[in-house]
Amino acid sequence: MISLSVNGEDRQFDGDPDMPLLWYLRDELGLTGTKFGCGIAQCGACVVHMDDYPTFACVTPMAVAEGTQVKTIEGLSPDGNHPVQVAWRDLNVSQCGYCQAGQIMQAAALVDSTPDLTDEDIDTVMTANLCRCGTYPRIRAAIQQAAQAGGK
Amino acid sequence: MRIANVSRRSVLLGMGAGSLVLAVGLPPRAQEPEEPVKFGADAMPNGWQDDPNVFISIAPDGIVTVTVHRSEMGQGVRTSIAMVVADELDAEWEQVRVTQAPGDEPRYGNQDTDGSRSLRHFFQPMRRAGAAARTMLEEAAAQQWGVPVEEVRAANHQVTHEASGRTLGYGELAAAAAELAVPDREGLRLKNPAEFRYVGKDSIGLVDNMDITTGHTTYGIDVRLDGMLYAVIARPPVFGGRVASLDDSAALEVPGVERVITIDPPTVPTAFQPLGGVAVVARNTWAAMKGREALKIEWEDGEHGTYSSDSFRAQLEEAVSTADGKLVLNRGDVDEAMAGASERVVAEYYIPHLAQAPMEPPAAVVDVRDGSAEAWACVQAPQVTRLRLAERLGIPEDKVTVNVTLLGGGFGRKSKPDFVLEAAILSQAMGAPVKVTWTREDDLHHGFYHTVSVERMEAGLDEAGKPVAWLHRTAAPTIGSIFAPDPKEKLPFELGMGLTNMPLDIPNVRAENPQAPAHVRIGWYRSVSNIPHAFAIQSFVAELAHAAGRDPRDYLLEVIGPERLIDPSEIGDVWNYGENPERYPIDTGRLRRVTETVADAIGWGRQMPEGSGLGLAAHYSFVTHVAVAAEVEVTDGTVRVPRVEIAVDCGAHVNPDRIRSQMEGAVIMGVGQALTSQITFQDGRAQQDNFDTYLIPRMETAPRQINVHLVSSGGYDQPMGGVGEPGLPPVTPAIVNAIFAATGKRIRSLPVGDQLRS
Repeated sequence: MISLSVNGEDRQFDGDPDMPLLWYLRDELGLTGTKFGCGIAQCGACVVHMDDYPTFACVTPMAVAEGTQVKTIEGLSPDGNHPVQVAWRDLNVSQCGYCQAGQIMQAAALVDSTPDLTDEDIDTVMTANLCRCGTYPRIRAAIQQAAQAGGK
Repeated sequence: MRIANVSRRSVLLGMGAGSLVLAVGLPPRAQEPEEPVKFGADAMPNGWQDDPNVFISIAPDGIVTVTVHRSEMGQGVRTSIAMVVADELDAEWEQVRVTQAPGDEPRYGNQDTDGSRSLRHFFQPMRRAGAAARTMLEEAAAQQWGVPVEEVRAANHQVTHEASGRTLGYGELAAAAAELAVPDREGLRLKNPAEFRYVGKDSIGLVDNMDITTGHTTYGIDVRLDGMLYAVIARPPVFGGRVASLDDSAALEVPGVERVITIDPPTVPTAFQPLGGVAVVARNTWAAMKGREALKIEWEDGEHGTYSSDSFRAQLEEAVSTADGKLVLNRGDVDEAMAGASERVVAEYYIPHLAQAPMEPPAAVVDVRDGSAEAWACVQAPQVTRLRLAERLGIPEDKVTVNVTLLGGGFGRKSKPDFVLEAAILSQAMGAPVKVTWTREDDLHHGFYHTVSVERMEAGLDEAGKPVAWLHRTAAPTIGSIFAPDPKEKLPFELGMGLTNMPLDIPNVRAENPQAPAHVRIGWYRSVSNIPHAFAIQSFVAELAHAAGRDPRDYLLEVIGPERLIDPSEIGDVWNYGENPERYPIDTGRLRRVTETVADAIGWGRQMPEGSGLGLAAHYSFVTHVAVAAEVEVTDGTVRVPRVEIAVDCGAHVNPDRIRSQMEGAVIMGVGQALTSQITFQDGRAQQDNFDTYLIPRMETAPRQINVHLVSSGGYDQPMGGVGEPGLPPVTPAIVNAIFAATGKRIRSLPVGDQLRS
């Protein structure tokens, strides 16, 4: 039995300990905000926070999630108003929107943990997340705006 | 004159005798039409609708719900169509909601969300729907008050009788208004565009913004039903292959695996049929994936098992080396002009296969039961999906419901519903709803790929360096190959994407299309054949400028020539994106203006640092004129594109912010095509597996600065151009031209990859 916390709720899982956290969240808990894009930690669509660190849920087995606190896009903020989420809406960052949960979770961790955020920080961290629609310039601008507004 | 109006749909549906005319390429003027030729939305399957009762509902609390019948894949259509309706309806945006129509074209009009057509074809019908609903609300209020309708006026979500100061909200009037007849189309009062509150403004946020940023959207892959099972499928690694032997014993022992089901291979032509293979159906996605890994399958590869990109390239190069290809364009006398030219320039360009690779891979849920089927799917063409499901399941079309989810990107991949059919086959077998999920490997290995091309260009220059003769040979597998047995020449609509409608001011022009067979499924990919055509033509113009010792900008403008309106049907194009060539001419004035705009914006002619350069390209596609200026920096053979200027003239604007975002996205996709992206084949197998080998731009490789210039010409009564696709074609040649300016090295084979490393 694997115990973990997801968006503040205690959960138990007794299935395959090799199952990636991604599929547990999506198929078992119905938290479909976390997306599948590659399955090999190449696209970042599945990024969640595990004990506050951005983590690729697609390559994180449930055995590794044992005892951790997982936060998904659905639990990033109570009312959807984390500064990153607000900036995303202000700048109409999204196109199809599919990768944006992962982008937002990655960006939120970056903004929350980095004072005096630079463009190079954005390059280094956000390069983990792919967007096929090409929203990168707006993602950059939104992160800058959120950083100005102050993270966590 | 006859214009063969080939929509993507009529190609795919029409493999009967009538439309085969197009596929085999009989001279388009050989038959005189009996009916007036239709254009635009009129010519699309099931045309258009503008009935307010179909598209608009108003609840007693005043909430206006707009039904959007075009698929949302990032272009912003759910927002933009709602803006149009709300504007004519004079609704308050805060009280407007959007709902997505299922696939039902007789009710909604054409739903093929492709070809950059949604607003081009539905701006006016949606205006009329909004205006009709507004008129009905006014009539309902006038009746209630017993006053002439001329004395009341709708505005800001309510109707006012100014003389008496009475007002009624839309919600209060909705029930009565719904009982009224829809006013005549002809007598409708449309807003003066000067009164638009939303259309053409930047004030509106995306309708899905809150759901996207909080994880509450539903894409095809997100649908969950009670009792639903999850499937992944092992498909033949080679197109046309089949299962030779199967041992599923280990797969069936994987906990959670319910069943292993073999799906028959498709018949030829394969169109949108599933590829066949072996499906593993399980209680969750992970179990299905593990079960698939445990399958022991021997494949029989079939005739395409020898397809390899290297040898196929050689075959295409051979094909363009002779004059044996089909003549598809012939103006003036190229041979004579070429013979009399002062200088001849020849160049050959190679553009590889590409995969659309939408971030959401294909995925769908279908529930087949009791002689009916209901699907939830991320499809660009829900009506096609519905038809194909009915056909495959052997049930009437009216027993099939296709619910359209959000699409996590489309780019043409999701115009093909093969993945929905897979879910239907499995649901029928299981007697339960089934979700089929494609992994990224599935997506890249079993795609409907962008074609692969060799484009051979030859020009004769006069003493002043101006081209007097132009010979373009294009060899590439055709999209028609999925709809007919083994055609080897491009369809008119593919040729009309930049080749037969080539508007440059050159007196003698010939184009030939040597044969090229298809060994994989070829499909639409954003902007389609414009990609190779624009790459070759716009690279070659820059090469000619170099040969002539001229500035590339000045030379491009000179070759575009003086301002003129070109009827595409008069220069050899029989398609013109389905639009009336008189109403939608190619406008070289517009092409000049977008070119001048980006050249000025990027500071054309300025001194560049060592290793940096500027490049330019312009292209007309999807009845829109676009130009791109790119700045590149090349360091140790690595190309960066720090800045791109892009100017678009697509006529009047509905949602300027979404035009900009489409251009930004097109630039970034074009950077990938220029520098890194390709799908190659060896022994019939795609060699790229995932995003570690199919390389698309990331944050650090995307341009930091993309400036979009909306060069508007024409009012709201003028024809609108497309937006989703036309940004892409000029991006790649502009980058490659900039690389030449930076390094003196001419890239003729995409992607650049490591060609600049010594």
